[in-house]
Amino acid sequence: MIASEPFAVRAGLAALLNSSHIRAMGPESQGAAEIVLAEVLNNIVEHGYAEREGKITITLQPGPHGLLVTVEDRGRAFPREELPEGLLPTISAERELPEGGFGWFLIRAMVRDLSYRRIRSENRVSFCLPHKGQ
Amino acid sequence: MQLKTENHGGLLVVTVCESRIDAAGAIQFKERMREAAETPSLRVILDLSQVLFLDSSGLGAVVAVMKLLAPDRKLELAGLTPTVAKVFRLTRMDTVFVIHPSLPDGLRKVG
Repeated sequence: MIASEPFAVRAGLAALLNSSHIRAMGPESQGAAEIVLAEVLNNIVEHGYAEREGKITITLQPGPHGLLVTVEDRGRAFPREELPEGLLPTISAERELPEGGFGWFLIRAMVRDLSYRRIRSENRVSFCLPHKGQ
Repeated sequence: MQLKTENHGGLLVVTVCESRIDAAGAIQFKERMREAAETPSLRVILDLSQVLFLDSSGLGAVVAVMKLLAPDRKLELAGLTPTVAKVFRLTRMDTVFVIHPSLPDGLRKVG
């Protein structure tokens, strides 16, 4: 359980990375897991709870092809109750380079079986972190 | 967010003395870089060899610093650790920055 605040996310992420499930992964997969979990959690802090207080619950469960992760929060639903497409922002002229919009692109690049359900007032995002990182 | 700045005759080397540039530290990183960049120089190299983790907020902050220095100076990067390099590679930002495997010879700390 992690509170919806950037420093709490940092501490919670450290605790998750220290869990036996993630420590059992290879270094590359651990790196991918840290990026994905950070992006999912920060997204909830910034958009789901939008700077309000709230709790985030993360469940890790080993599966046949990787680590199954479920993340639950009681923040706002995703727009249209769909996860963002996460297209890579266009890289054009230097002064117009994007400073954001990479989060869901990174998540989608590194997970499998991504799904989202809004159940009453709860968001439930689940995915698999494959054994072999990209 | 601790940064160390060294000026080597026109080449400003800014070393990030932190293990992460994440959502909790990205704004502070940008502010510290803005201060560091006040030192006049021809080139700026950001030494990321101590940074083990960078998320999309950290990436956005590095891009913001690049834009801050433009058009007079380019932001070059050095010493990307594996997870940081992965974020740059996946987002194709590795095509935007000049990335050195490590600091140029003679600038590396001995001992």
